[in-house]
Formats: sequence, C-alpha cells, structure tokens
Amino acid sequence: MNFYALFAQLLELAVALVLAPILNGWINQCRAWLQNRSAPPLLQTYYTLSKLFHKDVLLAHNASTLFRAAPYIIFSCMALSCAIVPTLSTDLIFSPAADAIALVGLFALARVFIALAGMDVGTSFGSLGSRREMLIGFLAEPALLMVFFTTSLISQSTSLSTIVETLAHREFAIYPSLAFAGVAFTMVSLAENARVPIDNPATHLELTMIHEAMILEYSGRHLALIEWASCLKLFAYSCIGIALFFPFGIPEAAQPAALALAAIILILKLTVGGFLLALIETLSAKMRIFRAPEFLGTAFLLAVLAMLVHLLLEAGQ
Amino acid sequence: MIPTFLHAIPLSSQVINLCAALMLLLAFAMLAQRRVLTLINLFMMQGFVLFVSTLIVALTTNQHELLVSAGITLVLKVIALPLILHRLIRKLSVKWDIETLLNIPTTMLIGIALVIVAFNVAQPISQLSGTITRATIGIALACVLLAFLMMITRSKAVPQVIAFLAMENGLFFAATSATYGMPMVVELGIALDAMVGMVIGGVFFFHIRQQFDSLDIRQMERVKEG
Repeated sequence: MNFYALFAQLLELAVALVLAPILNGWINQCRAWLQNRSAPPLLQTYYTLSKLFHKDVLLAHNASTLFRAAPYIIFSCMALSCAIVPTLSTDLIFSPAADAIALVGLFALARVFIALAGMDVGTSFGSLGSRREMLIGFLAEPALLMVFFTTSLISQSTSLSTIVETLAHREFAIYPSLAFAGVAFTMVSLAENARVPIDNPATHLELTMIHEAMILEYSGRHLALIEWASCLKLFAYSCIGIALFFPFGIPEAAQPAALALAAIILILKLTVGGFLLALIETLSAKMRIFRAPEFLGTAFLLAVLAMLVHLLLEAGQ
Repeated sequence: MIPTFLHAIPLSSQVINLCAALMLLLAFAMLAQRRVLTLINLFMMQGFVLFVSTLIVALTTNQHELLVSAGITLVLKVIALPLILHRLIRKLSVKWDIETLLNIPTTMLIGIALVIVAFNVAQPISQLSGTITRATIGIALACVLLAFLMMITRSKAVPQVIAFLAMENGLFFAATSATYGMPMVVELGIALDAMVGMVIGGVFFFHIRQQFDSLDIRQMERVKEG
C-alpha cells in the first residue's frame, strides 16, 4: 500500500469538493463584473448549498426510488471523476484503475441517471430537458473521446496519469494537434456544463433551458447535491483541460512540498480559466437548440482533424 | 523509403507545422462560416498565417526571393484584398447572410473526407521532397481542396470570390512547402492574376446585381440570348 498515493488521492478529492463551489462562485462573479452588474459574494454557492441542505425535501406523489437515489449517484459519479483526473499529483491510487475512457463512462453514467430522474415524475418540462440533454450528450461524447484519443496517441497510453506525465515532463515541442484538440475540448466542455452557447445556467426560461428543466422537481438536500455535482462536473472538466493542455506544474515525484506548490499553481490556473470561461459566456449569445448539433459537429470535426494532423505532422517524432 | 526523423525536429520547423495546422483550421472555419464579414476576416487571418510561415521559411533557409514573396503576401492578402472586399460588401450591402447549397455539417463531413484524401495523396510526394517543410504538403493540398469545396457549395458571388482567393493561398503554401516557392515570375504572375480576378469579380458583382437585383449566381442560369 502506497501511503503517499493514498494521501495525494484523498487530498485531491478534498480539494475538489472544497474548490468546486468556489470556482462556480468565481465564474459568476466574473460574469457579473463583465456584464456591469454588482457581483454576488465568492462563497455564494456555499450559502445556497447550506440553505438547501437545511430545507425539507418535497417529493412528488409518484416519485419512485430512482428519483430519490439519482442525486446521490450523480454526486458520487462526479466526485469520483474529480478524483481520477490528476491535478495535484500523477501518483494516485485510482490512476491504474481508471483511464480516460472510464472517465467518459462515468460522465455518461451520471447523465443517464439525471435524464431518467428528469423523466421520472412525468412533468413535461422534465422529459423535455432530458431529451435535450441526451441530444447534446450523444453529440458531445464522441468529440470528447476523440480529444482523449489524440492525447493518447501522443503519449501512447489512455491512462490519464501517463498522459499528463508525458505532456508535462517532455522536452519542449509544439504539438499542432493539441491546438485543434484544445479548441474541440473547449467547445465540448461548454456544451457539457450547460454553458452559454448551448444552455444558460442562470435562466429558468421554459423554452431554452436544458439542465434546469431536468432538475425542476428537486428540492432540499437532493437539489443541493445536484447543484454541488454540477459544480464538481465543471471543476472536473476544468481540471481535464488543465491536465491535457497546460499540465506544467503537476508533480510526479513523491514530495509533500510539491503537493502544496501544485495546489497553488492549480488555483492560479483555475482563476485564469474561470475568468476566460466568463469571458466566453459574456461574448457569445445563446444558440437555438437546433444549432447545437452544428456546434458539436464542429467540435467532433476538430477533434478528428487533431488526430489526422498528429498522424501527418508528428508521427515521425 | 527515406527514414523518418531520427532526431528532434528543429524549432523553426515546428512553428511552420503549427502554421500549417492553423491554415487548415482557418480553411475549415471559412467553410463553416455563415457571415460574409467574418469570412473576410478569416481570409485576412489566413493570409497573415501564410505570411508568417513564408517569412520563417525564408529566414531559416536564406532564400531572399521568399522574403519578397512574403512581402507581397502581406501587402496583397493581409491589407489590400480584405480592404477592397470590405468596401465592396459595404457598397453592395451584403454583410450578413450566405446561402449554402448543402447544409453546413454535411459540408464539414465532406471536408474531412477531402482532408484524408489530400493527406494520402501527398504522402508519396512529401517523401520525394527534401525540404524542411515537406510534412506540410498534405495540409496545403487539403487547403486547396477545401477552398474548391467552398466555391462549389456557395451560391452567392462574394463568398465564391473569397474561396477563389483562399485557393490561391493554399496553392502558394503548397509551393512554399514543396519547393521553397515558385520562380519569381510565376509568383508575381499568380499574385497579379488573383488581383485582377478580384477586380473583374468586383465589376461583375455590380453588373450581376443591376441585372438580376441579387447576387445569387443561380439567376445566371436563366440568361437567354436575344
């Protein structure tokens, strides 16, 4: 039993659970500043969560066990995926167990349960949201997989730890394929996290909402868990982006001091990344839902191009 | 078979590869674009990437002729042509819509198929070539084919002319990457051709619009004698 790996793993999970709501609050703050509104406090998501945890759960009469179990499943899926992505160290106990494809599988599992829960009560909004979510999901998933395949081709492995080690500790080289993959990944993560060009996280307008439509029936601690899970999802995606495209500063050696340094670097990167996300959201307008296939089709195409470019330009390296 | 690179590729070559990838990215962006104004800006960006890559090839291989080509690219494709196009669409007031004959996702899929074809066709050629930039021949060919595709799938005259100019960009890039540029005479000739084609195209736009009240070239099919 490698105690360092266990420690790093637990620390990483704790950091994810603590930082995810703060990241969400930071993005909301940036958005508010950019849109000339007065900003909510940085810890607003925590206040919302604690308020929701103190409230009673109201259930519809015909809600089944699945409806009650779904928030816990979704939350654990997202927490687990945050634990798989190497952010503070590449020496984690989960890293031999789950690779990039398993990570995509975890996201898919959470998506299936949230969609089923959306349809469970039988309101029209819930099933509308679920259908839209599945439409987005089936288009976004292949693109995400292609991005992972490109990085796997570069590092000859689908294990996330190996990918990060190869990318972070190589000698300096420009990978044009990573530029393509990076753009594709940004588009996929905007779509997957219900961000502006596809969905608006701040609205409850019937005709446009996707994510919010599915969770309309939830209340109390269930809603709190789902909100926290979506913060964790955003955190996991940000960390994947950092791990694949800006992996500098993630240590592989077993030193406790390196962990602290890595945490500081991570927070810096997340601050910049969150600001960029807010900038994208402010600059772009929400698309019609029928434009979403085109948007995600472009993401898929860019990811395929990344693979082709890798095979053509970099295969000899 | 020439053995693949045994040692690491030098930095300049890596930057050229990056430029090639950006050219391809911009070619796809143009293919997917619905707005004329953005199309012109993308064309300008492509010209600029072309300028940078030509400049780097010229500096690393000490080919002074290529410096002149890079200068021509900068003046013509980054400054002059986009300016003319901007003025043109302001006069014609066709800033926004582009009608496509195929829907955009289908066009993009065909585009991917073209890229694969281009990469395969270019494989034997790049093995014959001995330049530092030989890996990019496939991408240059792909850019040319994508510009062709854009010309075929657009029904309005302005995007077609932009596609024609983008094709010229691709050809120029192919020439730089395969043989360090064409002879100066050929290059000047082509640059001038593109310029003249552009001017003639501009004159035609006005006549087409006066005649048919629209820039849709499908109207031309109805032209009859007498």
